[in-house]
Amino acid sequence: MKTVDKILALIRDTSSSLPEDVEKAILAAMRREEKHSSAKMILKTIIENCELARKNSTPLCQDTGTLTFFVDSRLRNKVNRKVISEATRLATVKGYLRKNCIDSLDGKSYDDNVAEGAPVIHYVESESKDSKPTVTLIMKGGGSENMSRQYSLPDSTLGAGRDLKGVEKCILDAVVKTQGYGCAPGILGVCIGGDRATGYEIAKEQLLRNLGDSSKDSCLAKMEKTILKKANSLGIGPMGLGGKTTLLGVKIASRPRVPASFFVTIAYMCWAARRRTVVI
Amino acid sequence: MIELKYPYDEKSIRALKAGDAVSITGIIHTGRDKFHKYFADGGKINVDFKDGALFHCGPVVVKNDGEWKVVAAGPTTSVRENPYEPKFIADSGVRIIIGKGGMDKATLEAMRKYGCVYIQAVGGAAAVSAASVKRVQGVDFLDEFGAAEACWHFEVEGFRGVVAMDANGTSLFERIESLSREKYINIVNKSR
Ligand code: SF4
Repeated sequence: MKTVDKILALIRDTSSSLPEDVEKAILAAMRREEKHSSAKMILKTIIENCELARKNSTPLCQDTGTLTFFVDSRLRNKVNRKVISEATRLATVKGYLRKNCIDSLDGKSYDDNVAEGAPVIHYVESESKDSKPTVTLIMKGGGSENMSRQYSLPDSTLGAGRDLKGVEKCILDAVVKTQGYGCAPGILGVCIGGDRATGYEIAKEQLLRNLGDSSKDSCLAKMEKTILKKANSLGIGPMGLGGKTTLLGVKIASRPRVPASFFVTIAYMCWAARRRTVVI
Repeated sequence: MIELKYPYDEKSIRALKAGDAVSITGIIHTGRDKFHKYFADGGKINVDFKDGALFHCGPVVVKNDGEWKVVAAGPTTSVRENPYEPKFIADSGVRIIIGKGGMDKATLEAMRKYGCVYIQAVGGAAAVSAASVKRVQGVDFLDEFGAAEACWHFEVEGFRGVVAMDANGTSLFERIESLSREKYINIVNKSR
């Protein structure tokens, strides 16, 4: 298979099929919700939607989002911008992607989803030299991206100080504010610390983690668990219409900060958490 | 699940309660930002919304052998239409508004006054919503507004949603939001 075709297949599969861990988490959540509740009906519809989209290779959600590629730097030449652009163009023609890219100055649509800086491509160092080089794609819709937030501690309106309790207040506040938007149940990627830009970057990277894993840092691992539990006790539920499932997962990382800043950055991902990795 | 069939008459609409799961069969029309602005600016359309349904949706529609086919049709965020909706409800006689995220107090009040409900479709569930569209009857403003913003006329069967704002002035969003805020305060004050 040519590299362009491999990337095209990656876009198709990412757009039409949820990662297994996410689909499993939604299924488990559906079983937990009360009989005849709107929460159960919504989760059931989401599951049917996933099955149908996979069967027909059609988009899971009409907002096919921003495409962000994480490419192993060893593939810099093989999976270059030209190749990714070409695959994106083909994916748009085939209907795997909606025309979803608009010029910020004149409001005109780029008919092929290709423009300067779109799709987004990051070349990343591989963790070990022996691993096979991979390409990961994440597709994130506007409704979920709009719900990402950055707090700066101390935050007097929340009464949140520069400690882990303050961090927790911010994260739970973000959950409360997201209700009704950004199609719940969702997943939170969080970065404690860093500067503004890396905060968003690291928070978004947490969304690449498998829902079943937990942070290697025991303090963060504990936070991930307790915040998930607390968020789900808020009763917000699928689509904000009440229920036990508001979040499917919380993934937290921390980065050092300068003494004068303390950011808490939250990347919100809706249930349509489209991410996929292929070996090239 | 409560079945709603076109025409959506005032009596059955007023009987719906926030939290009811519903399944819609009949005609629904799509319309979002440009559509609302057009009406607010005094524009006219040759579509009868009386006892009808309006869907805040930017669908993906393709033409296959001369026939329109809906590939994806999920709801879009409704708050953007808040400034226009009360007047649209009053003028058009629409009974059902379908969307995502709910609408404001003024819209809720217009729904109470004229007998209309807001139905939350399952956000993002584009494939299922598209599958419930059995036929595309036609389209207005395709050239003027573009495919994603045009006014499409869909014949749907078993289109699912939840009544989130009813015609008695109850908003499920409001209720869940105030409950969750109370719980939030309890949690953050209790922890550690
Ligand atoms: S928030 Fe997610 S599921 Fe909802 S419309 Fe946007 S991309 Fe789709």
